[in-house]
Amino acid sequence: TMFQFVNLHLKRAADRFGGMENPEYRTGSFEALHHPSDDDDDEMVDIAGATLDFSSTDDVPPLSSGAYDEYSSCSGSSRAAGMNGNGPGNLVDPLEDPVPGLGTYEDFNTIDWVREKSKDRDRHREITNKSRQSTVALLHSVSDAFSGWLLMLLVGLMSGALAGGIDIAAHWLTDMKDGVCLIGFWFNHEHCCWTSNETTFQERDRCPQWQSWAELITGTSEGAFAYIVNYVMYIFWALLFSFLAVILVRAFAPYACGSGIPEIKTILSGFIIRGYLGKWTLIIKTITLVLAVSSGLSLGKEGPLVHVACCCANILCHLFTKYRKNEAKRREVLSAAAAVGVSVAFGAPIGGVLFSLEEVSYYFPLKTLWRSFFAALVAAFTLRSINPFGNSRLVLFYVEFHAPWHLVELGPFILLGIFGGLWGALFIRANIAWCRRRKSTRLGHYPVIEVLVVAALTAVIAYPNSYTRMSGAELISELFNDCSLLDSSQLCGYKQPIDYPYWCECKQTLCLIRKPVCPIRNHSVYYPSRFPSGLFIPSMAVGAIAGRLLGVGMEQLAYYNHDWFIFKGWCSPGADCITPGLYAMVGAAACLGGVTRMTVSLVVHHVRADWRLEYIVPLMAATMTSKWVADAFGREGIYEAHIRLNGYPFLEPKEEFEHSSLAVDVMRPRRSDPALAVLTQEGMTVGEVEALVESTHYSGFPVVVSQESQRLVGFVLRRDLLISIDNARKRQEGVVSASQVVFTEHAPAQAAEAPPPLRLRGIMDLSPFTVTDHTPMDITVDIFRKLGLRQCLVTHNGRLLGIITKKDILKHMAQIANRDPDSILFN
Amino acid sequence: MKSVFLLEFFSVLCFVLLSTVTAKNSEDIRCKCICPPYRDVEGQIYKQNVSLKDCNCLHVVEPMPVEGKDVEAYCLRCECKYEERSSGTIKFTIIMYLSILGLLLLYMVYLTLLEPMLKRRLFGHSQLIQNDDDVGDQQPFANAHNVLSRSHSRPNMLNKVEHAQQRWRRQVQEQRKSVFDRHVVLS
Repeated sequence: TMFQFVNLHLKRAADRFGGMENPEYRTGSFEALHHPSDDDDDEMVDIAGATLDFSSTDDVPPLSSGAYDEYSSCSGSSRAAGMNGNGPGNLVDPLEDPVPGLGTYEDFNTIDWVREKSKDRDRHREITNKSRQSTVALLHSVSDAFSGWLLMLLVGLMSGALAGGIDIAAHWLTDMKDGVCLIGFWFNHEHCCWTSNETTFQERDRCPQWQSWAELITGTSEGAFAYIVNYVMYIFWALLFSFLAVILVRAFAPYACGSGIPEIKTILSGFIIRGYLGKWTLIIKTITLVLAVSSGLSLGKEGPLVHVACCCANILCHLFTKYRKNEAKRREVLSAAAAVGVSVAFGAPIGGVLFSLEEVSYYFPLKTLWRSFFAALVAAFTLRSINPFGNSRLVLFYVEFHAPWHLVELGPFILLGIFGGLWGALFIRANIAWCRRRKSTRLGHYPVIEVLVVAALTAVIAYPNSYTRMSGAELISELFNDCSLLDSSQLCGYKQPIDYPYWCECKQTLCLIRKPVCPIRNHSVYYPSRFPSGLFIPSMAVGAIAGRLLGVGMEQLAYYNHDWFIFKGWCSPGADCITPGLYAMVGAAACLGGVTRMTVSLVVHHVRADWRLEYIVPLMAATMTSKWVADAFGREGIYEAHIRLNGYPFLEPKEEFEHSSLAVDVMRPRRSDPALAVLTQEGMTVGEVEALVESTHYSGFPVVVSQESQRLVGFVLRRDLLISIDNARKRQEGVVSASQVVFTEHAPAQAAEAPPPLRLRGIMDLSPFTVTDHTPMDITVDIFRKLGLRQCLVTHNGRLLGIITKKDILKHMAQIANRDPDSILFN
Repeated sequence: MKSVFLLEFFSVLCFVLLSTVTAKNSEDIRCKCICPPYRDVEGQIYKQNVSLKDCNCLHVVEPMPVEGKDVEAYCLRCECKYEERSSGTIKFTIIMYLSILGLLLLYMVYLTLLEPMLKRRLFGHSQLIQNDDDVGDQQPFANAHNVLSRSHSRPNMLNKVEHAQQRWRRQVQEQRKSVFDRHVVLS
């Protein structure tokens, strides 16, 4: 077995990139995935420079020997990387990397929060201690303290700039489907006609500088032929944009698919997906988001903007050692970046912070609150200065309502809440069913064709109706519109203030009814898709349409029946007592809440929309109702549903564990399994250790005093073990396969001619978490959640009995809920 | 690597600064007055390139469609807004976007079509058959292996760049497999 290991090692060293076809791998699994590490990790590995082989390889060769464990996971603390007692063979300074690669994690694994946090505390303590020695060190400590704020500033600037660019490009490209500007091809329709004096009150978009395709090609803009030319060009552009988006995503960064929020949620809870927040993903996501949104499909860009902001944050983290080396600190920055993403999407910094707190983040310390807010403000300010909308409104949904609402209207608002909840439940079911089909059948193998078909269908159906042709954001702001004298929106249809020609409004709303059909079908198929796509705007659009229809209905009712008792008190004839725009807003909030199950952040978003507190009550009523109704059908929002669909190891922080099992019921090994694989603190040779590690898939091993006593000493990570052994073989004198591996403080006495021992106490975690076998599972789950553990050892009468990992807990919970426990793929 | 990030950061900063200090083109400011229908006068929109202090009904609405004492009533219903934009930023953004898009497309075409042809000519047809991993894989980056095995002999700058590129292609291939083929991540 030792020989096999060495052979494998050599083979891998020889053809590094061909080495994935290791026969040990289970088929259909993703061990091969973690072999190429993200470029981001090169930083960590390259610092040793010429002294170590790692600089010439992209990752550590021995690690590709399969890391998918059955039950243990890595939690060795490298608090040991310096502070507590270790042998003379190890380096001590926590500010420097002892061995490159030590303390890092495999791809698709969970980090150890405890270890990362203690690493950070050690580092901070070291800097504080050193700062008393010299001025330079003092400056260093001051700069270290401020590096967090500087990083937030940079994140805000970069995300705001990117979001501004995305907005400008998306507006331009969307209008490209309709025509071209003659004075400068880079102007969109609105900007083309900006200075023109030929715009009229009725037709605010008409100007000679902007020519539709029909005008360019045929010279006329009226007539059936022109209509057909416009139609064909629209379809052509829609297909072209979606095709480009799909092939770019597929060719350069497949991780840029979908919205990204479920994966970011999982990453923030401690999971590692290398490359998900990398440079290429950022570039491709930005470029293809514009293409996807412009192709006319019912997608939004809020989710992808969160992903873009997190990519920016991840990339900027590499400028600061404090954040580059520490996964837990990095996740604090990523939480703030998620807030930045929503802030630039909606122009609501506070809403963004609340979204991050409520929906995306797992651990959200108070310090992060301030920093998120700061970053979100900086980003909003940057966006505003780039000025994407040509005026000082930050985001499209800036509406003002002039009429107050009446208590009687709470009835329809609650009705909208119920509708929102039903819509949310229906949408989630349909979407998950479709995604599951796509994952398991052949349907998923043709992404390009799938995209083209849907884009073609959408374009064909959407063009004739002027409401479906609009982009989602435009449609929503039109629906929120409070028809005043100055608006020429077709939804208003006013001729004069005294005479309400309701028939005009009816006609337009009939057009609106057609719209929901399109997004319901389209959107549940379409999210998440083969390129960047979000779901905020489409859900809001559906809700806004429903709300507006209801509002118009109520307005009609009030107008024609103003002597009914429900209207009598407050609605005098001819007065403008019902605002359909408000109903649209409430409907939008209800639908979005039904799909995502957000409450607080949603209300803040919408209330910001008009800055008037009196609209909080209807919004809250509708949002709570929609959440309760949707929860009756299924407890999960769309993001949790996708997390579960993908099998990510996400321990839901809000779920209660209600079963009365004990730790001994969940731990491994079970009765029929082989005994726990342990290392003894002395007495094993390097060869034996390597053999044990190679023969199992576990990513961590408990260390015991001896096989007979099974008294626990500590816990050591597979990755750290292999790196240290490899390092020792190369650099330490005389370490061979027969060398003793020693985890104790002092090596035992040895014969003179025996090879020198390998001291590995430094990589061992001396304080692994343990529970007794009779600990109830709900306390154990609580411990896992609150401390962010990956695994926990189980003892009985002080002796090691077994181990529980996060994956075991997730499987157990799945079993209790009668779901398939094998759907948990990762640990 | 660090220099790449710094470069990116500075380009973003430049972009931001450019947009804020872009010379205010006189064409980029306007005052827009929307006047609703009044009696028998049609609704009308008036635009002029005036500064903020002159942005009101009296300066912008020309020619005034009503006489004498009606002017005040008419102007009360009008709403005038001062708006600014930066056409330089728009132009810069769109041109940069199109160039990046163009570069990416060219790079993709190069990787999919041209590079296999070039490699085949340089290294001979027989080398490509070694890749049992990628038989039938028509994706870009299908021949990452053979190039890599040849790259160990010459440790210089060009080689490092090629090395990095091959490593990146391998990553993308793995990502693609997991997302599109095995559907493991990102349903």
